[in-house]
Amino acid sequence: MRIEVNNITKQYGAFRALDNVSLEIPSGELTALLGPSGSGKTTLLRIIAGLESADKGSVLYQDSDVTHRAIRERNVGFVFQHYALFNHMNIYENIAFGLRVRRWKDAEVKKRVVELLKLIQLEGLERRFPSQLSGGQRQRVALARALAPQPQVLLLDEPFGALDAKVRQDLRKWLRHLHDEIGMTSIFVTHDQEEAFEVADRVVVMNKGHIEQVGRPDDVFAQPANAFVMDFLGSVNVFHGRVQNGRVQLGSLEVPYPAYPHDDPRPATAYIRPHEVDVDRQPHGASSLQARVERINRTGSLVKVALLDNERNLPVDVELDHERDKELALTVNDTVYVYPKQIRVFIPENNGSPAVLDEQQGQTVQLTR
Amino acid sequence: MSDSSTFMELPRITTLPGTSREVTGENPTAASTAADAIVPAPAARSRATTEPAVVRWLLICLALAFLVLFLLVPVAIVFIEAFKKGWQVYKESITDPDALAAIKLTLLTASIAVPLNLVFGIAAAWAIAKFNFLGKSVLITLIDLPFAVSPVISGLIFVLLFGARGLFGHWLDAHDIKIIFAVPGIVLATTFVTFPFVARELISFMQAQGSEEEEAALVLGASGWQTFWRVTLPNIKWPLLYGVILCNARAMGEFGAVSVVSGHVRGETNTIPLHVEILYNDYNFEAAFAVASLLACLAIITLLAKAIVERKTHRLLLEGQTVGEPGTLAPVPVARH
Repeated sequence: MRIEVNNITKQYGAFRALDNVSLEIPSGELTALLGPSGSGKTTLLRIIAGLESADKGSVLYQDSDVTHRAIRERNVGFVFQHYALFNHMNIYENIAFGLRVRRWKDAEVKKRVVELLKLIQLEGLERRFPSQLSGGQRQRVALARALAPQPQVLLLDEPFGALDAKVRQDLRKWLRHLHDEIGMTSIFVTHDQEEAFEVADRVVVMNKGHIEQVGRPDDVFAQPANAFVMDFLGSVNVFHGRVQNGRVQLGSLEVPYPAYPHDDPRPATAYIRPHEVDVDRQPHGASSLQARVERINRTGSLVKVALLDNERNLPVDVELDHERDKELALTVNDTVYVYPKQIRVFIPENNGSPAVLDEQQGQTVQLTR
Repeated sequence: MSDSSTFMELPRITTLPGTSREVTGENPTAASTAADAIVPAPAARSRATTEPAVVRWLLICLALAFLVLFLLVPVAIVFIEAFKKGWQVYKESITDPDALAAIKLTLLTASIAVPLNLVFGIAAAWAIAKFNFLGKSVLITLIDLPFAVSPVISGLIFVLLFGARGLFGHWLDAHDIKIIFAVPGIVLATTFVTFPFVARELISFMQAQGSEEEEAALVLGASGWQTFWRVTLPNIKWPLLYGVILCNARAMGEFGAVSVVSGHVRGETNTIPLHVEILYNDYNFEAAFAVASLLACLAIITLLAKAIVERKTHRLLLEGQTVGEPGTLAPVPVARH
């Protein structure tokens, strides 16, 4: 079922949680609402579910307007961050709840619950109470309970937020797998970009009650629409400098920037992802930054090197593959030269307010080594 | 025992059922600390907050001495005095027709006032804990009014409203309805005085619990009514029972408000506390203490029931808090896929 949200505004006292938000969610896709806390993602999800009503705007399921339809008639499955299982009911009765209030016959209830217990791989635990389960198990029960009445859409509010890292990883994969199996239109809220990218077909990046960007994970990562998205999606090095005459000046690093050919100098912010940087022991041709090695972490799939820029004493994070790391054989306190392979430059529209950026201004500069 | 000393002692003894009141209700913080002393808290004390042994023992002895002097000794005296002339006199005192009438009236009053306050308490707590509305803080303050106002004033309010010269007195007289100096007045005054118990108990519990479970029920397609019966009520049953126990103890033990509206007609409008007072004023001490011992028993039963229910409620709240912290749970095999 396709979901459409039109010009939704929601105000809590003086705080505007959502400001004229419109969004279309295609049928059968798994969409992530991604943003920092206070970005309005949970509010949007709750408005789609009907747990909250919008001050302005409308919500459409397929083509019917459900803005004023009571929550119990919307037939949505909702999974809460803290599970919200019924603590006085056992697992069986928790899953059966949505069926019992719909007056299903006992035999049908049993069939459906058994089916779902199998789906969440908790057969045999149906007589237990929620307090006797682990966090991951509880969340799976919450999912089964939401799925039991065969909803048209599944909404999940930070479904893995309260779980520890390992369980979270497992559940993530499992949710993706489950979605592929049942193909229900699903929306989940998360503040974890890694989670969003790993699980979702489509990511909606939100900030301060606005949607900053909508797109497939690859596209959003490769082509961030603005500085906020760039900054929010994973670690990034931020440099403040100046643009003038088609060049960006970031300390001793100078990079061509044909998008701004004017004489009039303007402050600019440059973003460089750690993996889009090369490091060398010797300076060569192209413009570079001189830096000192502060710390090396070789435990991951990439080698993380923390550098300190010699000129301005700014930290620069670099990720190298193990092969390159072996070639360089870096040790702490070595002096190295940093060559960015790709830089994204944003010129603030209003001086000194980098948060307000024109979407069109982001320009990628490709550099050759 | 001289006359004057008898008189001086009177208020203390007539409010003896109310010594339980001191513990059970009027001051909720005092109530919880007293209960904590009875049911040791499971939380281990951290080193930083431990006091030197001398200070600890001094405080414990002080509290114990206070408890013995003001609670245990009076309760013991009630039973000693009640049985002074033997079991036969005791039995006669409590099976006397006037005493039986007082017991019946007390039970009747409680059986009307407690259910009324149960319904009111749930409604008020539901409204306050689950919704935001204009005048919510006013309502919360108003619920505490009977605790803030002296019971005698509470009784007087009803006299001023329904008494012969009261606001509705003329109309009631014309329709031959008797409220003051009759059973309806006693029930009204008791209901008024006891209405905060259930509501207060539920408000704090329901606020702590939040409304996620209710939301879950609604999303799953339950109606408001189904949500209430299947989710809300089972969740609040222990705190509700706790409130009802306190409410009942107070309803049966109430003296001040009932005294004002009752008219003290023997065998008709006397509740147990009023009957105790009358017997005492008649120098019928054994009977007075015998009937008073019934209220003392009620107090002891109330305390026991309260301790048990409190433990259940406490555990319930703890369970609620651990939801969302998987690390605190017993090792159960996770994720088999």
